[in-house]
Amino acid sequence: MIAMQATTGRATDAAASPVPAFMTRDVCVFYGQKQALTNVSLDIHRNQVTSLIGPSGCGKSTYLRCLNRMNDIIDGCRVTGSILLDGQDIYAGSMDVVHLRARVGMVFQKPNPFPKSIFENVAYGPRIHGIAKDKTELEAIVHNSLEKAGLLAEVKDRMDQPGTGLSGGQQQRLCIARAIAVQPEVILMDEPCSALDPIATARIEELIDELREHFAIVIVTHSMQQAARVSQRTGFFHLGILVETGDTEQIFTNPRDKRTQDYITGRFG
Amino acid sequence: MSNSANGAALPGAGGLGSIFDARQQVSEAVSAGLKRRYARERRFRLYGMLATLFAVVVLGILLFTIIRTGLPAFTQTMIKLSVTLYPQEIDPKGDRDPQTLSSADYQRLVRDALDDYFPDVTSRNDRRELFAMISPGATYVIRSMVMADPSLIGKRIEIEVPLKDDIDQFAKGKIDREADQANRRVSDKQIGWYQRLVDRDLIVSRFNTTLFTAGDSRSPELAGIWGAVVGSFWTMTLTLLMSFPLAVGAAVYLEEFAPKNRWTDVIEVNINNLAAVPSIVFGLLGLAVFIGFFGVPRSSPMVGALVLTLMTLPIIIIASRAALKSVPPSIREAALGVGASKMQATLHHVLPLAMPGMLTGTILGMAHALGETAPLLMIGMVAFIVDIPSGPLNSATVMPVQIYLWSDAPERAFIERASAAIMVLLGFLTVMNLLAVALRKRFEKRW
Ligand SMILES: Nc1ncnc2c1ncn2[C@@H]1O[C@H](COP(=O)(O)OP(=O)(O)OP(=O)(O)O)[C@@H](O)[C@H]1O
Ligand SMILES: [Mg+2]
Repeated sequence: MIAMQATTGRATDAAASPVPAFMTRDVCVFYGQKQALTNVSLDIHRNQVTSLIGPSGCGKSTYLRCLNRMNDIIDGCRVTGSILLDGQDIYAGSMDVVHLRARVGMVFQKPNPFPKSIFENVAYGPRIHGIAKDKTELEAIVHNSLEKAGLLAEVKDRMDQPGTGLSGGQQQRLCIARAIAVQPEVILMDEPCSALDPIATARIEELIDELREHFAIVIVTHSMQQAARVSQRTGFFHLGILVETGDTEQIFTNPRDKRTQDYITGRFG
Repeated sequence: MSNSANGAALPGAGGLGSIFDARQQVSEAVSAGLKRRYARERRFRLYGMLATLFAVVVLGILLFTIIRTGLPAFTQTMIKLSVTLYPQEIDPKGDRDPQTLSSADYQRLVRDALDDYFPDVTSRNDRRELFAMISPGATYVIRSMVMADPSLIGKRIEIEVPLKDDIDQFAKGKIDREADQANRRVSDKQIGWYQRLVDRDLIVSRFNTTLFTAGDSRSPELAGIWGAVVGSFWTMTLTLLMSFPLAVGAAVYLEEFAPKNRWTDVIEVNINNLAAVPSIVFGLLGLAVFIGFFGVPRSSPMVGALVLTLMTLPIIIIASRAALKSVPPSIREAALGVGASKMQATLHHVLPLAMPGMLTGTILGMAHALGETAPLLMIGMVAFIVDIPSGPLNSATVMPVQIYLWSDAPERAFIERASAAIMVLLGFLTVMNLLAVALRKRFEKRW
């Protein structure tokens, strides 16, 4: 309760930042005939953690995947409404999807390191984008990212070993390092702790709190406590609708909607 | 039994007793079924073992007969000749003109050498029979020696030359000495002469190098598989060069890039159909299109490779698509997620992971192609070709066609050589499969 107070306390300051990173209006998503999201309007602010909660199958992942157009690779998936990143419509023809994904990084629910060396995993993004001028610079970026992801100490002696040989929690942090190595503006995390033990989870939550200084973060989570601990703003999804959104503190202490209240008190979901 | 009677009364009964009864009943049922389950499992294992045993035995018999027939082909019976290279026969003018040297009558020298061994054989017919015991290859041996070193002219040389295939078969014990003379290919007189040669230590058995260095020939003792091996090499190389990139390209496009709609479904069905088309149809197609329309030289490894490419393409495409499908989508998402383009994600991550599967499919396809005969018969690769092909546009034959030709020949010695060729072909296939395994191991280690 005290921890929550502290984080949400900071949230109110950060919420003052004026222009949101993402401004989404009336987003609807269809998988073929089936509508998965209906009129979702939500803002994602810089230097804040926005958590998305809701029962399974309510469309959290779907919404998250809209933000870096990961839905493009799903056959028959259609997105309507407007999603603006810095005022630019990311679904407009002028938006390059590769560039978008460089600006909006993603950490997936299941750790998915490349079956390559630890170094290669992190270096891949900077390399394809040509971010590093030479080898030393690339090494510096890899070091930095691993440091920020809190993994450096554990792997610095075995950078050339396969990333798939790490433990689940280490793999997830490796994926975070990989995402931040390209210096995105926004990081999307889909249940990053769902497969982790409490210690690894705590480590990643700490990390998210640190990353907030540099990035806007959106995190999908099934853990109410986690949402309360790490996020400043929360959105509650239910059956493809964004039921309620607001400061995390307000959502958890004083929800306006009955469904939100039921969900956070564990009456359904 | 009494328990099941209790069980029947179960719904009516109440309390702890009935729960206990129910448990008892379940455990009874389980242990009763257990025996049957184990018996079933044992039977299943037995069937599996029998099936495996059957396959192994059949394969063993096959290999055994091939090896038993083919092994003698690796040796060749030779006769030691002492040939005098009379200058007046070879080079009457004495100017060592290669033209003269090459067209000299070396057969005469061979006959002279034989006459020396058998001064008692004088009648025309007998001498003809005697000379027939030596392979026409003897003259080539002498000629090439003289051409290589003209200073030999005038000297007496000791050489070993192959015996004719019938005598060779007799020497290997393949011809029944007791049979009626009219029913065997070696006459009584020849047997007598052969025996005299053996007694004088003039007959030796040598490793049959000709089999591995020569092209085809009308005389079995001069025939070799090298021409077919080289033909197969060209054909396979070209097939690989054409089919692998095409198939991988098609598989990657269909699996990673093509929209999933009715058209791609149609294409998919057609590719699967293509894999099941009888191979001779590809031969007919090759004859009509590649030879008839595009004018690719008949009988050449090039046209063979084009036909085999058509044939292996669907096999490799199907295997490659399966390999691509087995790459977890999370890898693609990971790559796209850090901003890789579709092509980068495919080239950097998906393709390397799918490569072992693709290579396996390719090698299976190539092994299939290496053993393919029917379509090549249609495009003239069945022609009798003596020369070793020096390029993909020369006339050539391939190993399975050579095997087909030899097994069809009346001479026993050719049948023997066909089996030897099968052994060599099996050797190649084994090497290819080992290569596939080794390659896969290497790839897997890298990840
Ligand atoms: N590729 C797809 N094709 C068709 N329907 C899909 C697809 N992905 C998701 N859906 C449907 O869209 C709805 C929302 O799914 P989504 O994955 O966004 O849920 P979620 O909130 O992330 O659930 P969870 O908490 O279980 O991950 C679900 O009803 C799901 O069945
Ligand atoms: Mg989800």
